[in-house]
Amino acid sequence: MTKPRTLFDKIWESHLVDKQDEETFLIYIDRHLVHEVTSPQAFEGLRMSGRKVRRPEATLAVADHNVPTTDRSQGIADPESRTQVEFLERNVAEFGIPYFPVTDIRQGIVHIIGPEQGFTQPGTTMVCGDSHTATHGAFGSLAFGIGTSEVEHVLATQTLIQRAAKNMRVNVEGKLPLGCTAKDIALAIIGKIGTAGGTGHVIEYTGSTIRDLSMEGRMTLCNMTIEAGARAGLVAPDDTTFEYLMGRPMSPKGAAWEQAVAYWRTLPSDPGAKYDKEVTLNAADIVPQVTWGTSPEDVLPITGSVPDPADVHDEQHRLSMQRSLDYMGLTPRTKLSDVKVQRVFIGSCTNGRIEDLRAAAQVAKGRKVAPGVNALVVPGSGLVKHQAEEEGLDQIFIDAGFEWREAGCSMCLAMNADKLEPEERCASTSNRNFEGRQGRGGRTHLMSPAMAAAAAVTGHLTDVRDLT
Amino acid sequence: MQKFTTLTGVAAPLPMINVDTDKIIPKQYLKTIQRTGLGKALFDEIRFNPDGSEKPDFVLNKPAYRKAKILVAGENFGCGSSREHAPWALLDFGITCVISTSFADIFYNNCFKNGILPIKLPQEDVDKLMEDAERGANAVVTIDLEKQEIRGPDGGCIKFDLDPYRKHLLLEGLDDVGLTLQKGSAIDDYEAKRRAATPWL
Ligand code: SF4
Repeated sequence: MTKPRTLFDKIWESHLVDKQDEETFLIYIDRHLVHEVTSPQAFEGLRMSGRKVRRPEATLAVADHNVPTTDRSQGIADPESRTQVEFLERNVAEFGIPYFPVTDIRQGIVHIIGPEQGFTQPGTTMVCGDSHTATHGAFGSLAFGIGTSEVEHVLATQTLIQRAAKNMRVNVEGKLPLGCTAKDIALAIIGKIGTAGGTGHVIEYTGSTIRDLSMEGRMTLCNMTIEAGARAGLVAPDDTTFEYLMGRPMSPKGAAWEQAVAYWRTLPSDPGAKYDKEVTLNAADIVPQVTWGTSPEDVLPITGSVPDPADVHDEQHRLSMQRSLDYMGLTPRTKLSDVKVQRVFIGSCTNGRIEDLRAAAQVAKGRKVAPGVNALVVPGSGLVKHQAEEEGLDQIFIDAGFEWREAGCSMCLAMNADKLEPEERCASTSNRNFEGRQGRGGRTHLMSPAMAAAAAVTGHLTDVRDLT
Repeated sequence: MQKFTTLTGVAAPLPMINVDTDKIIPKQYLKTIQRTGLGKALFDEIRFNPDGSEKPDFVLNKPAYRKAKILVAGENFGCGSSREHAPWALLDFGITCVISTSFADIFYNNCFKNGILPIKLPQEDVDKLMEDAERGANAVVTIDLEKQEIRGPDGGCIKFDLDPYRKHLLLEGLDDVGLTLQKGSAIDDYEAKRRAATPWL
């Protein structure tokens, strides 16, 4: 009898090309996403060594980090951003890589467009020069972020040199309480295991709560896996996955579809498969989450208060907490729901999908953005934007006083014009609250789209459950 | 890539935990299309004031550490974004070795692609090196990759672990794209098999 294997083991074993030594393997990469920020030096490397792209058709490129979210007909004003996008366009043309131009309706954040196009598929290996590649694990694809040297390696060889990861299982059981979303599960997990809790591991999410999540929710959860330090997140493919993928432009068609689904059904972990680490959460215990500090693990239920460094024994951790609070301009023991915000950002590859916009619109509907608050809604792709407009969500946001923008990364990392001013406080649906992430001196509180919309209409961090 | 054999230099203490790659090199410097020139922006927001002047308290601004070649840091160094600009900035500044109790995976990996040696050590060893590093220019440290040891200013010696493949690449200064391309036929064979098994890809 063969040993029971995990989903990760199955994907890993089916991608081994060669063994370098006991720990180091050459693995095959099925899918490669490319964006403008982490690729120029990789293409330059290819050019300098006279190398070609091995499988241009296994690659998909898009500009997302630098693009403006306002009118694009005039091109990109910032010269450096424009150069990066122009370089990408030149590189994809020279190397024959499929590309969605900035003005194409399919343009959007790499991690939104991959699934949307059916480029992301179960059982594949998938990489991108971007840590949130973990998002695609929602489809049961082993997807992880790589550095630029590795981007070059994949372009040239369609392989990567990797060490096997350890298996970790995060099991979430039960019905998610009202007002809680996949984002709250993700933040609650990071709060529990810490930002290094998953280091060296691939996390497989299992349990009834996960099975009940939509693909959008699973993507949000897998997206945040990197913030728990893990290399990748995985959810076993099931009917929800297949339904989402069916009929997408790059999904298999006809007989190939049947063949693919039959294969995908063999992927879930075998009963009795062993994990190196296991964590269990009870969904019923989850309360809407917000971060208070400058690391995603600095997270608490919205019903809590800003922590007090005086309660921390370990000196390095106490100093780190003090530093975070100073940066965030927060006083220990302040109720989180008393913290006022000036900005709201709804978007990013974590929460820029249609379901996220629907959740935020539901809260915004018939309400007004609080005086003194500036709130942005940035759809994750042109297609998400289009769909939202079909559903009339744009009008709900605009009537409530939100700004309705073009697709891109936007204020998730503030490489374009959308950024916080020093000391401005933002309720954000993105994934990182690091110092300066949304603009130098800017203060980020991470939360779900519904919670961000609630903060927009009240002007302070708010328990969305109080608004219904 | 530069070969890494031995490295002798000043070690700078950075007793911060969870130093993320946004902190090592903030996004406004990611607009470059080159690998070089990022050293001047290393640790930008904790090293410089908004007007561009130096923050005198930051370790790399202190006279003793301006030429540091080694960084001793708190746990989970390099977490967050996958940007290889982080190791490029360290390298451009002149830091080719980082010592910590733990590193984030992608950053750890990226270091080796650029001739930077990240060393993982138990807490007590990092504490000792951190203490040594506090002594500034008087505390020159030698990293011997072949022997996998760190020799401190007082003749102390700390051994470290490293997987043999990565050690080999660093010692020889090898580029792994070239090495992998030599395996072209193994990749061809794999692709043929995979096309038969999963033709829809
Ligand atoms: S939305 Fe944010 S996290 Fe996602 S790819 Fe863009 S910058 Fe990275």
